[in-house]
Amino acid sequence: MKVPAKWLRDYVDIELPLAEVARRLTMAGTETSLLSLRQGWQGVIIGEIVAVEPHPDADRLRLVTVNLALEKQTVVCGAPNLQLGDKIAFAAVGTELIDGHTGQKAVLKKAKIRGVTSCGMVCSEKELGISDSHEGIMVLPSDAQPGTPLADFLGDMVLDLEVTPNRPDLLSVIGVAREVAALNRQRVSIPEPSFESQGAPIEEQISVEIADPDLCPRYCASLITGVDIGDSPEWLKQRLTNAGMRPINNIVDVTNYVMLEYGQPLHGFDYNKIKVKRIIVRRAREGEVIVSLDGVERNLTRDMLVIADSQRSVAIGGVMGGANSEVTQETTAILLEAASFNPASIHYTSHRLGLVSEASMRFERAIGAELTLPALKRATQLIVQLAGGKAAQGLIDVYPGRQEQQSVLLRVDRANCLLGVEFSLEQVAETLVSLGFDVKPVSSAVELLVTTPYWRSDISLEVDLIEEVARVIGYDSIPTTMLASPLPQQNPEPIIGLRKKVSQVLTGFGFQEVITYSLTNQEVMAKLYRCPIEPEPIRLANAMTTEQDCLRTSLRGNLLIALATNRRHEDGAIMIFELGRVYLPRGNDLPDEPEVLCGLLSSSGAEKTWHGSKEPLDFFDAKGAVESLLSQLGIEASFEEGKDDGLRPGRQATIVVGGDRLGIVGELHPKVAEAFDITGEVYLFEMDVAALLPHNLGYKTFQPIPRFPAVVRDIALVLDNDVDHRQVVDIIQGFPLVKRVTLFDVYTGKQLPPGKKSLAYRISFQSTEHTLTDEEADKVQQKILKRLSGELGASLRG
Amino acid sequence: MSVSQQLEEIRKAALGELGGAGDAGELEAWRIRYLGKKSRLNELLRSLSKLPIEERKAVGAAANRLKADLEKELSQKEQAIRQEKLAASAGDKGLDISLPGRSFAAGRLHPVTQVYHEINDIFISMGFEVVEGPEVEWDYYNFEALNIPREHPARDTMATLWIDSEVGSGGRSRLLRTHTSPMQVRVMEKVRPPLRIVVPGKVYRYEATDATHIPMFHQLEGLAVDEGITLADLKGTLYEFSRRFFGVDRKVRFRCDYFPFVEPGVEMAIECAVCKGEGCRLCSDSGWIEILGAGMVHPKVLERVNIDPEVYTGFAFGMGIERMPMLRYGINDIRLFYGSDLRFLRQF
Repeated sequence: MKVPAKWLRDYVDIELPLAEVARRLTMAGTETSLLSLRQGWQGVIIGEIVAVEPHPDADRLRLVTVNLALEKQTVVCGAPNLQLGDKIAFAAVGTELIDGHTGQKAVLKKAKIRGVTSCGMVCSEKELGISDSHEGIMVLPSDAQPGTPLADFLGDMVLDLEVTPNRPDLLSVIGVAREVAALNRQRVSIPEPSFESQGAPIEEQISVEIADPDLCPRYCASLITGVDIGDSPEWLKQRLTNAGMRPINNIVDVTNYVMLEYGQPLHGFDYNKIKVKRIIVRRAREGEVIVSLDGVERNLTRDMLVIADSQRSVAIGGVMGGANSEVTQETTAILLEAASFNPASIHYTSHRLGLVSEASMRFERAIGAELTLPALKRATQLIVQLAGGKAAQGLIDVYPGRQEQQSVLLRVDRANCLLGVEFSLEQVAETLVSLGFDVKPVSSAVELLVTTPYWRSDISLEVDLIEEVARVIGYDSIPTTMLASPLPQQNPEPIIGLRKKVSQVLTGFGFQEVITYSLTNQEVMAKLYRCPIEPEPIRLANAMTTEQDCLRTSLRGNLLIALATNRRHEDGAIMIFELGRVYLPRGNDLPDEPEVLCGLLSSSGAEKTWHGSKEPLDFFDAKGAVESLLSQLGIEASFEEGKDDGLRPGRQATIVVGGDRLGIVGELHPKVAEAFDITGEVYLFEMDVAALLPHNLGYKTFQPIPRFPAVVRDIALVLDNDVDHRQVVDIIQGFPLVKRVTLFDVYTGKQLPPGKKSLAYRISFQSTEHTLTDEEADKVQQKILKRLSGELGASLRG
Repeated sequence: MSVSQQLEEIRKAALGELGGAGDAGELEAWRIRYLGKKSRLNELLRSLSKLPIEERKAVGAAANRLKADLEKELSQKEQAIRQEKLAASAGDKGLDISLPGRSFAAGRLHPVTQVYHEINDIFISMGFEVVEGPEVEWDYYNFEALNIPREHPARDTMATLWIDSEVGSGGRSRLLRTHTSPMQVRVMEKVRPPLRIVVPGKVYRYEATDATHIPMFHQLEGLAVDEGITLADLKGTLYEFSRRFFGVDRKVRFRCDYFPFVEPGVEMAIECAVCKGEGCRLCSDSGWIEILGAGMVHPKVLERVNIDPEVYTGFAFGMGIERMPMLRYGINDIRLFYGSDLRFLRQF
């Protein structure tokens, strides 16, 4: 809401600087900035035309003498609308103006026009940048003082308010005046509008029926006949322009002006276009169509309210008028509507039709029904004043939705308890009175009976009044205290701690955390070739873009996109992870949102350092990350052959913890890498983080440090290629006294027969009872070798 | 030659030779020669028994003194040789210490995660518990129960991504939560006061992406409900948060604002760091940077979860998390957070 300061001053004397007024409004709930209008008219001053003479050499031109208070200037002028005594805007040589023909800014120069020197110019609106009108010069209101800079007369400061949805009253100049007055402890003066009425009573000329009072609690109207449609006077145009609205004609301008002044939207119908002189306020019929004032055909539904005559709808109630009853140049009689509508219904209609108007914006914020009459009177008064015509006697006022005025009991101690202050009863009462509330002390002397003024439709509870008191006195006056009550019992969710630990461990391993959007699209999901086939992702009903039209069921897609994007500029290894939710549908219920960890490892092959180049990342880096992470969490995992179609066959392993399959680690399938435009090998691990929780609970039992030394033996085994490490280790570890088995070499090659490989292990034997002798260790080692040979066909490498 | 003369001779010879010994091997040879079982000194000591008793005493003492002296000299010489060797080896080979170290390439937490932990920890230290809630939410929890019924203009300020369409699902419409506030209701449905929680998490808006808008971002919600909680407590708690996060010197402003689920409503702003309150582009000439919305929990919200607003009061607040690192690091484009560009993420 833009409130020109000069207009505001009609209702309240502003003694404080406007910047301070804006600050107080901001602090009290409405962010307000101060704008300065119309700067850049330097050198333009107001003049009065004191002589008009013909140009000696041109019929179309005239010599105009202008009184500028301190001096007189004679200039050559071609405008047709010059009249003696007109107040005009005069630009001296050197002023920057807009060229009326080119539309570009240009500096005014001394000119000789048909032999007469002209030292300045009488300006049109276009030249001043006010409008596109270049037909004639701009004539100023007669109270303009010659010699005054134009900027002082026309220019203004504007308070620009960001009005919150609860304060429709501040969508009006009078409402802002009341607020400003309360915040500065001043009074507002709002003149009572009145007009002279003539002729037949209005009831004889129009009838109004509200068929759906739930959507329209009140409908008021006046009738003005014999009006002259034309331009509004300058002062009105100027105020509208300064408030950000475009002047149209005197009738439309008056309805807009009064809407801005009072906050009550009004609509003027061409009375002669209303059939059978009957207005019916009713729900639209299914399939009913109306062309709104903006020329768009609107399809209405039964949930929408229309203003109709006996044959057709003539307006979408509270949203926009219809073209069929529009006020035009030919209009001679105006039926002026000021009504009250159901806010939710207006919101519904305007949003379904995609038609947000100044009117709908106010009605959907619940302006009070009591506002209709004062606004209607004021608009009728202005139309009679500015467009001539006669107002019919009386006003239409159909008011089926009248509500009792509500009073709210305010307990001062309650206010003090909620705010943590000690305001006195007088202080509270005085504050409310300054806002226009009616306040009566109740016998107890600690309570007030407060009646809300009609323009404050947002106030209905005691707590609303408490906020009013607090915000007007100022939040700065409320002390700052710390919570004093005892700490509530806490039951922290274990997943929060686990997640923190997981991400800290992984960053310690060199992984960079990334966060990608939870939104993705099915094309990306399809590129992952995941198996088992995923549930169909949850789709958005109103996606912004096709790239983000569903919720991810896997972290892989957006993470692979992140990898591919970074690969364009990163020539080193990339190790990234994300820990976030996926969204798995559960019918019409809310989805399951398990938390998943996904990590990617990729080398570029270009990593070189001065101490030798690094081995490229491979499967065992990914597996090692998983093992080390789980080890940090105190969890032991085993690995089974994986069967994920998105990963390369034979190069993937399912992560198994305590019999549960919790994730997978492996090489990305080359077809997936290709689909994401990634060259080179990518290794991936993925785990259900919440599923780790049960395995991460509790504390381990301490193991004593061994007192007796270990005997260490190295053995190199020759095995068939298809025997795997796990089988060997499982056998060795099954023997007593074996404390630890470490694989330290894997060899395949020329020194072995084809189809064979060699695995070398270091075995530590240790007893908790005594120092082992070599003989004891030898005995166990022999048994181990025998069993390895018998079960796996292993032999010692010679 | 008297015994004492012999001892003197041994001393002279031994000390003379010891001076020339250069390494551990030479020292050991010297030790065997002068202090070993077959050394002259040892032989002398063994032959003491043959001496008359009064001579034995004096000579014995002298011989033992010599032995102790030689042992001491040996140990000093050993020490000196070791020192010499250490000194020699340390000064041995100089390095080009300007060569880069072998790095332990540590990754970093996402800047939002870092701030997320930092903010959580501040509130945990003030007795708040961290809880989380679903991102796909019912209309009821996101709007209805927070005093934002259908067709309320406040819904327009939180453009919503819907799973089911807003209309026609009989109030059981699913949406991507537009704020973390629904957890206020979910927690109060289950837990009776006193309670103090913070709810961090992802939220979503139907917003065209630009430097200041993205469809997904993070918020942190706070809620405290108990007997006797006041607006002054809200100010104190948030002031303490600002002091800890933004620093003790940063000015804080509390003004009235409107959110349907609190009354009175509060907005907290901090002084603009760029212009120090003078007004600049960053703060749109206001001198203040809005940090969070807050207020006293609306009695209608409490009533809906069967908490008697006559007995209990509470405050709630909600802040955007991305804003914090943006202000702290001067990040001017919110899209950078979720663009996953390592050149950005590695800076934090």
